[in-house]
Formats: sequence, structure tokens, C-alpha cells
Amino acid sequence: MLYRTVGQFKTTYEADQALFPVRQDAVLLGIILVLAWVIFPLTASEFTFQAILIPVLVFSLASLGLNILTGYAGQLSLGTGAFMGVGAYACYKMVTLMPWMNPVVAILLSGFFSAGVGVLFGIPSLRIKGFYLAIATLAAQFFLVWLFEKWSWLYNYNASGAIQVPNLDIFGVYVTGPQAASVTEYYVVLFVVTLLTMLCINLTRGNLGRTWKATRDMDIAAELIGINLMRSKLTAFAISSYIVGVAGALYVFSWKGAAEPNVFDIPLSFQVLFIAIIGGLGSILGNYLGAALIVGLPVVLNLLPAAFGIPIDSAMVEHLNIMIVGGLIVFFLIVEPHGLAQLWRLIREKLIIWPFPY
Amino acid sequence: MLNDIFIAPFVDMVEAPDFLLQVLWEGLVSGVLYALIALGFVLIFRSSRIFNFAQGIMVVFAALTLVGLHAYGIPAWIAVALTLGVMFVLAVSIERVVLRPLVGQPDIILFMATIGITLFLIGFGEIIFGGENKQMITGELGIPTGDTVLEPWGGLLILQHLDITVVVVATLLVAALLAFLNYTQMGRAIRALGDDHQAALSVGISLQTVWVLVWFIAGIIALVTGIAWGARAGVSFALEVIAYKALPVLMLGGLESITGAIIGGLMIGILEKLFEIYWGQPLLGGNTETWFAFVLALVVLLFRPQGLFGERIIERV
Repeated sequence: MLYRTVGQFKTTYEADQALFPVRQDAVLLGIILVLAWVIFPLTASEFTFQAILIPVLVFSLASLGLNILTGYAGQLSLGTGAFMGVGAYACYKMVTLMPWMNPVVAILLSGFFSAGVGVLFGIPSLRIKGFYLAIATLAAQFFLVWLFEKWSWLYNYNASGAIQVPNLDIFGVYVTGPQAASVTEYYVVLFVVTLLTMLCINLTRGNLGRTWKATRDMDIAAELIGINLMRSKLTAFAISSYIVGVAGALYVFSWKGAAEPNVFDIPLSFQVLFIAIIGGLGSILGNYLGAALIVGLPVVLNLLPAAFGIPIDSAMVEHLNIMIVGGLIVFFLIVEPHGLAQLWRLIREKLIIWPFPY
Repeated sequence: MLNDIFIAPFVDMVEAPDFLLQVLWEGLVSGVLYALIALGFVLIFRSSRIFNFAQGIMVVFAALTLVGLHAYGIPAWIAVALTLGVMFVLAVSIERVVLRPLVGQPDIILFMATIGITLFLIGFGEIIFGGENKQMITGELGIPTGDTVLEPWGGLLILQHLDITVVVVATLLVAALLAFLNYTQMGRAIRALGDDHQAALSVGISLQTVWVLVWFIAGIIALVTGIAWGARAGVSFALEVIAYKALPVLMLGGLESITGAIIGGLMIGILEKLFEIYWGQPLLGGNTETWFAFVLALVVLLFRPQGLFGERIIERV
């Protein structure tokens, strides 16, 4: 009833192709934005910021980056974690070499380094396809993490081998480091995520996005209709790695506060891949739904036994968590292989034609 | 610098041939194990197009089950038989619960499902057996532990009896598998399914049976690898990483090729050991084994996109 589209006439092609052809979509997005920008920051507790809000945003951004590459351009990548690491280390080097730099600018710039590395490791994609390419991106994963450990210049010759986020401020307000308030960190993340999401929505709707989709659906056919495969694949790698790199910088600077090389190891890559797939490949919305599920689920599962008063020690909970997440992944794949975004699409269809069945 | 890269390592090799032999031998032993795991991957990939990421955790799970059962006081050999039973149950339940509902889905969905299985088994194994490092029951299984010292050219070459056993058993297993695939009806059914699903189904080959069978074979392979690797490094979830080592083997040899898996495994085992000892440790600070195999496979793939022995990729629009 609330989603009835009757009476919303389109008189031009522009109106039909607009970002929100259905008015309710725009209203819904507006509500979500108000929630994210005003309501959550006013009401959330310290724990909610650190355990749910910030990680969900960071992981959705990383998944958004991966989705550009895997969901839109069709190049399966298992090296996301390492590219996040490149972003984080680049940002760390920039703010320690140039302490006067605005930290938000540094975070946005650090993506360019991972974009460069991404293009370098994307070159094999011109010859290698499918699972062979997936394993090839694992080369980036293992090599880069090894490099983070061995190249001590990257972490300023620390004895611990970890990078520690310094206190940085914009106009006297600390935005990163131990002294920054959670709400400021949250706003930094939210600002970057909103900015990059807008960029991605417009990119995937435009010429470049259509090129990527053609490459994904069948690259030989795409080549035959005159698409430059090299440009298509490499731009996908560059933009995807840029976003993933920024997500990596935010991961360390706005959330964790410190990171060792093994943080960026293969489990991180898989976590991001899960989010992208559970959320829905080839969808922007899916990244947020997937991240909310994959990040939120362990938090909820951790709280459940205490809420019911069941005495279980924390190690047991941890293991149960892994098991349940694994089981749920299989369950979701069986129930809806196209992800949560597809689920929302179906619900929306139903709402529009409600109360009629079809 | 150039001298360190192109001349010094070879001088070292010639000057200490016994050490070179030692390195080659150790590379060969790990290479045989890589080949074995890769074979498990190839069988599953050929018969179902599933890129089975759970192979690594199956190794851990099999080894944990064996050690865990023995800890309850069950004699070693009965424990082995029971573990095989557990792996069979695992194969059946994976086929029933996970694969059957997902038939016909895109490759990446099935791949993700195997990662889901991996996570599930990690949690399950931790709950039942605990995550701490355990001792493999080498002695009880009658695996010799001593070593033989040879002296080629007046040098020193130490051959662990354990390693010799591993190489012999793995070779026998590979030979048995090849014979099974080539000379039995079931083996031919597996290969037929690998060549063409629909044609195989139309002549009456049961997809379900074959899938259970290949997952069970992968389970047997996992048990053997688990025993062999667990005897050297102890049984813990860290064992899972050897599955990652089998991936470049697959790339190098080709995802569909059984010969490729064997040759690729041996090549990677030996070359990564050589690189680590003669180039990695002196020049790059060591621990290059984590990535060398991948980079090697990547370089080979740039020239042969389907791997050394993979099926030639023919693309049509």
C-alpha cells in the first residue's frame, strides 16, 4: 500500500531513466540517510559504534570495492585483504612522513596506491580467466602480506612490526588515534562511505558500468562489439582497488587503531567476499545488507547466551559462532543464491502489487 | 647484486652437492604431498566443476578425528577405519545437504558454499576436539621414525624414515587412484562425468553416487595427508594452510589434469625449496615459501592460460 506506484507517470525518457523512477525509493533512501547521519550518532552507545556501526560501514565499503570488480566486471578476486593492507600502510606512511596532512585527505589519497598495485596484479586478468584468475589474485594476497612483514620501512622500523595510528586532528578536533571520539570516527567513515557510494552508483549506471557488465557477461562478445577489454578490466581493477584501499585505511585509522600484517591475511579477504556474495553480486545495496548480516551476526550471537542466562565460556561461543556463520552461508546460498539484494527486490515487487498476488 | 642472484647460488649448489641433494629430497617430500592434495581437488573439480576449498579443512578434520578417537582408547588401526567411516558420512552429508540443492548454480556460488563448509568444520572441530596442537599417533600406526644417514661425495644426507614412508605411501596411493580411474567401471564413470555431464547422465551414470564417491576419495586423501603432515608438524588447525599450497599446483598443472596435479606438485615442492634456500633466505629475508609457488604459477599462466596440462580453452560467442 505504501509502495503503490500508481499515478507516477513518466513523460520523458530522462524521467524514466532517472535514479529514482519510483518516489518511495527516494523517500526510503532519505529515511536511511537521516538515520545514519542524525539518529544513530545521537543515540548510539560507545559499544554500538565500535562493534556495529563503524565496522559495518568499513566492511560495506570494502565489499563495494570488491563488488565493482567481481559483481560488475566479473573478475573473481581473492586478494581483497591485501589491497586493504596496501591502503592502510600507504595512509600510515603518508601521515607519518607528512604530519601536517589532513587525515581525511590522506585516507582518500591512500586509495591511489592500492589502485596502482591493483592494476599491476590485474594485468594477468587479460590472459587468465575464471578460477585461474582467482588463484592468481591469491599471489597478490600472499606476496603483499609477506612484504608488509619483511619491508620494515613500511612500519617505520617498529620493534613490534605493527602500525600504530597517531592522533590527528582537523581544526583541533581529533579524528583518528586513541584520543578521537567514536562519534567523530563514525562521521569520518560515514562521510567517505557516502561519497564513494554516490560515485559507484553513478559509475555503474554510466558508460563505464555498461562496459563492465558486457565484459562480465561474455568478454569475447564484448570485444567483438568494440569494447576495449584491456581498458575495461584494468579500470575495474583500478577503481575497485581504490575503494578497497580506502576501506583498508578506514579499517585501521577509524576502527582498529593499530594493525599487524597478519590482519590483512586471507580470512579478511574471505570475509569481504562473503559480504559481497551474501549481499548480492552486482548490486550496491547488497553490500550494506551483507555487511550488516556478517558483521552483526557474531555480535548478536555473542550477546545471546548471556541474554538467556546460559553459562557458556567465551571460547565455546567463538567456535559456535564460526560454525553457525558457516552453516548460515550455505543456508543463504541455497535459499537465495543471488543474495539479500535479490530478496529485497522480490519484497519490493510484492509491496508494489499488494494486495494482489500478481 | 647480479652476482648474488645469478652466480653465487649456483656456485653454492656445485660446491655442496650433498646439501643440494638434501634440499631436493625435502622438496620432493613436500611436493608429493602437494600433488596428493591437488589430486583431491582435481577429482572433485573434474566431476562436478566445484572448486573445493574445503580440502584443507578436511585434512585437519581427518587428522583430528583420528587422534581424537585414539585418545578415547580405541586401537590405532580401528581408529583409522572409523575415521574413514566419518569421512564417508561427511561426504554423504555434504552431497545431501549442500551440493544437491545447489546443482546448476554458477561456479562461484558452489565455491562459496565450500568455504561455508570450511568455516562450519573449523567451528565443529574446535568444539569437539579442541584447538590445541596434538601429537600424531605415529608410533601406534607403525610408521618408522628413525633416519638413515648417507654420505654421498663424503658429505651428509639425512633421510627421515618418516619421509621415505610418506613418499612410498603417497606414490602407491596415486598409482592405485590412477588404476581405479582407468580400469574400473566406477572410475570410468567419474571420468565420463568430467568430460560431459549430460552425456554421462544420459548413459545412466548417477551423478549423486559419483559425487559421494569423489568426496569420499578426497576424504581418504585428506586422511593420508593429515597423517603424513601431522607426523611432522603436529595436528592443529594450522595444517589448513597446506591446502593453499595445492592451489598454485592446480594452476601450474591445469585444473582438470591428473597428470598435471602430480607433475605440478613435484615441481612446486622442489622449486620452492630451492628458491627459499638459495635465493629467499640470503637475499629476501626468508619465508618466501608462502608466495613463491603462486608467483611461479602466475608467470607460467601468462604463457599458458590453461596451465601446463589443462584442457585447451576454446571460447565461442
